[in-house]
Amino acid sequence: MKKMKRFLSIALAALLAAGCLAGCSDSTGSTASGGSDELVFKIGGIGPMTGDAAAYGIAVDRGAQIAVEEINAAGGINGYQVEFKSEDDESDPEKSINAYNTLKDWGMQMLMGTVTSGPCTAVAAETDNDRMFQITPSGTAVESVQNHDNVFRVCFSDPAQGTKSAEYIASKGLAKKIAVIYNSSDIYSSGIYNAFAAEAKNQGLEVVAAEAFTADNKTDFSVQLQKAKDSGAELVFLPIYYQEASAILQQADNMGYKPMYFGCDGLDGLLGVKGFDTSLAEGVMLLTPFAADASDEKTQAFNQAYEEAYGETPIQFAADAYDGIYAIKLAAEKAGITPDMSYSDMCAKMIDAMTQIELDGLTGVDGITWNADGEPNKDPKGVIIENGAYTSMD
Amino acid sequence: MSFLSYLINGISLGSVYAIIALGYTMVYGIAKMLNFAHGDIIMIGAYIVFTCVSTAGMHPALAVLLAVIGCTVLGVLIERVAYRPLRSAASPLAVLITAIGMSYLLQNLALLIFGANTKNFPEIITLPSLSLADGQLNITGTSLLTIGVCVVIMAALMIFIRKTKAGQAMLAVSEDKGAAQLMGINVNGTIALTFAIGSALAAIAGVLLCSAYPSLTPYTGSMPGIRAFVAAVFGGIGSVPGALIGGILLGVIEILGRAYISSQLADAIVFGVLIVVLLVKPTGILGKNIQEKV
Amino acid sequence: MLSKWKALKKTTRSNAITYAIVIVAYLIIQLLSGLGLLSSLFTGLLVPLCTYVILAVSLNLVVGFLGELSLGHAGFMCVGAFASAFFSRCMEQAIPASGVRFLIALIIGAVCAGIFGILIGIPVLRLKGDYLAIVTLAFGEIIKNVINVLFIGRDENGFHFSTKDALSLNMSADGDVIINGPQGITGTPKDSTFTVGIILILITLFLVTNLIHSRSGRAIMAIRDNRIAAESIGINITKYKLMAFAISAALAGVAGVLYAHNLSTLTATPKNFGYNMSIMILVFVVLGGIGSIRGSIIAAVVLTLLPEMLRGLSDYRMLIYAIVLILMMLFNWAPKAIEWREKYLSRLPFLARKKGESTGKEEV
Repeated sequence: MKKMKRFLSIALAALLAAGCLAGCSDSTGSTASGGSDELVFKIGGIGPMTGDAAAYGIAVDRGAQIAVEEINAAGGINGYQVEFKSEDDESDPEKSINAYNTLKDWGMQMLMGTVTSGPCTAVAAETDNDRMFQITPSGTAVESVQNHDNVFRVCFSDPAQGTKSAEYIASKGLAKKIAVIYNSSDIYSSGIYNAFAAEAKNQGLEVVAAEAFTADNKTDFSVQLQKAKDSGAELVFLPIYYQEASAILQQADNMGYKPMYFGCDGLDGLLGVKGFDTSLAEGVMLLTPFAADASDEKTQAFNQAYEEAYGETPIQFAADAYDGIYAIKLAAEKAGITPDMSYSDMCAKMIDAMTQIELDGLTGVDGITWNADGEPNKDPKGVIIENGAYTSMD
Repeated sequence: MSFLSYLINGISLGSVYAIIALGYTMVYGIAKMLNFAHGDIIMIGAYIVFTCVSTAGMHPALAVLLAVIGCTVLGVLIERVAYRPLRSAASPLAVLITAIGMSYLLQNLALLIFGANTKNFPEIITLPSLSLADGQLNITGTSLLTIGVCVVIMAALMIFIRKTKAGQAMLAVSEDKGAAQLMGINVNGTIALTFAIGSALAAIAGVLLCSAYPSLTPYTGSMPGIRAFVAAVFGGIGSVPGALIGGILLGVIEILGRAYISSQLADAIVFGVLIVVLLVKPTGILGKNIQEKV
Repeated sequence: MLSKWKALKKTTRSNAITYAIVIVAYLIIQLLSGLGLLSSLFTGLLVPLCTYVILAVSLNLVVGFLGELSLGHAGFMCVGAFASAFFSRCMEQAIPASGVRFLIALIIGAVCAGIFGILIGIPVLRLKGDYLAIVTLAFGEIIKNVINVLFIGRDENGFHFSTKDALSLNMSADGDVIINGPQGITGTPKDSTFTVGIILILITLFLVTNLIHSRSGRAIMAIRDNRIAAESIGINITKYKLMAFAISAALAGVAGVLYAHNLSTLTATPKNFGYNMSIMILVFVVLGGIGSIRGSIIAAVVLTLLPEMLRGLSDYRMLIYAIVLILMMLFNWAPKAIEWREKYLSRLPFLARKKGESTGKEEV
């Protein structure tokens, strides 16, 4: 026992020392590269690459890589090549700070992240403090962007989606009695639900059942569906991600319950679930800024590049990331920044430039502009799934 | 009518828990360890079936057989490499921590091999649903099959343990390893056999779990695994009928709690009931009361 | 028992070494940081490291010295984190001095977690072994679940509570939602610093080592070694068990305060306050050597740094981490591996010398 612990402590101490040194050499390495001959823009990305939310983080990383490759092939930003590097945060706020600091040691100048909302709020406080420019592809919580002048986002905020969904349902007269099934342990889902419930009241819609599930409890939806059925709802609103939605659709079908379904951008990807019987998704409506099946040239090209590189259809997160990188490019060109500037100088110029650009992106075909508070102005489109493909409802 | 439907859903969910719990309880009974990697073996089994059916286009029955074989080999291998060297370690916690490490290993291996995207488990059980009371009450074929398989497996296990030599050896090892060895029982072999049976059951549980709830990710097994572990404790860990009772009770409580109390607090309700049961009966519903001696 | 008596005489020396390690580590890091040699990653990790060290040491009190397996430690951390962050959020304007505010927050966090420790301990400590483990796990999950449905807001009419959603708080327009269900608490002031963390580690060490070497501590260990014998010589089992459990919970609460005031957002997810975290803390304790406080500190530091050091492996990072964890466990605990090490490694001169220095059990 005794000696074993001795040995353990020595071994561990050695490991620790090695780690410490590695950390130190890292930091000196990055400062050195700041003055090297080959100047590049270093853009960092943070998102979950392992753990429950890994699908989103990996999609964002891939979408961004495609954009970066395209930009580099076309001559880079302001004549400089771009380097992009992602770090894993396991969708945990504390780990996201570690990822952020790792990227800072690498020499990151701008951050295109983080992917999930909780970590995004944590990292935004750090970038604000450091004066690092940040654009999140998919962090939807209000707090992560609006309290910080240096943080922008590509996707809609939660309340915006909830409010717009209620308005859309009311204006199209889709239904009067609505049941909601949402993930009460998830920031995205509960954020949309809260805004939806508030706006539904104003629009004269009746929320007859609001049933929750949690991250630990997301396999069996029979109770939530039964309650929705018993409440006589004509439409089930699903402000959740497509993984759970595919299970809900299947279980509803098993119990012979066939209401209308309406969802937000999280549902995008439903048709891409491997092995999912897409006939179950027939008639599902969603309000989304991006649809992988859209016929416009840009989306098609992106889809093709993504499928060639990774062998699967991109989900909306990948498109958000792609737009995020292009937003950085546009703003950087507007601001005229160069890689030899300090990141805080870059940040100041980028903040000004962001409100002046208009991006013709994948997630906003009619052009995306940004407010000073970091929110994007773009119109979500109502889409319905027909014959296994997204079709515009307008 | 909706009460009945909740009840049947609860029993069906509970049956899946029960099959997983059987694996936990057998391994616990004999090796006195909580095999935290058990839930992840379920996930591996489901991925094997998914790959065989959706990618290779095999017949479902063949795929399930392959999954059972694959999981059995995996379970025995894990026991040999990671658990056996620690069986006589100074603290029983050592093997528990190794099991946790094994759980991380399997999850991350699956993440690398199969990717993070959700896979939809193929519909391999094509039994018609049972419709009662003019369609008011709908019981899916999968639910019925799950309940049936669960009862059959449990009965088979009970017979195996009571009537066969290997089963008797298991009982002996779980009572007293040293004495069993003296009686000429191959302790290592018996423990390996237990892991083999537990892992084979995990493969079947994986198929049933994913047939009922078809989203498959590398983390699919961990939460049902923990639930099943709770179920095993509930029924009295180490007891085969206890696992069945515990599993079904847990499923029913979970569904009814969600239906009639609060859907947000479902987890708290399940665990709350567990606490109350254990405080009243500290070794679970069917657990043996071990008299402590000086 | 004899070896324990022997070790008792060495305790002062052993403790001094532990304190010295912490203080020297602090000084070295401060020096490096002053010279600008620390990477951002390492600087950012300092407070979390302190948090995990406190958690590991406090859990060791229950696992190593009381001899009971607790899988709900993250629950107490959660209570401490939310209680203190709630206080800090409410009092940010009222008490502008961050030092005073943080001190009160610390006391609130520790007391709340301690109270939960007592409340949970009273029923739970009647159970034994794995049953106790599963019930503590259950309590930890309940705490996390309940916090996730808690909505508390404040406006000019006072506090509003709800367990449904932010809308049912019925607050006036300028009301401030402080705990927003799953979104938790946002905007906690960042009061945790490395120095505070080290001071808290030292206080934790002081409390734990003094408890262990006091009359109460000997009673606690007597219960661990033989409950019935301890009871027969008149030791009040419930009292001492509860004492160890509550102190451990309060210290976990302190770690929670440190955690909450290091991040601007506090949410109760399965990742940070679920059973996964409780298990992670248990891994620190077991890998460091059950009952060895110094071991807990080192294991907590190494296992927190390890995944960060493996970042270069990108996709294979967590896979390698799992393999390293299994190998470390096998190397440290397998009887065969211990035998092998004794045979070969004891020939190494520096290890042999160290072996001669002390022969007592380090546990006490």
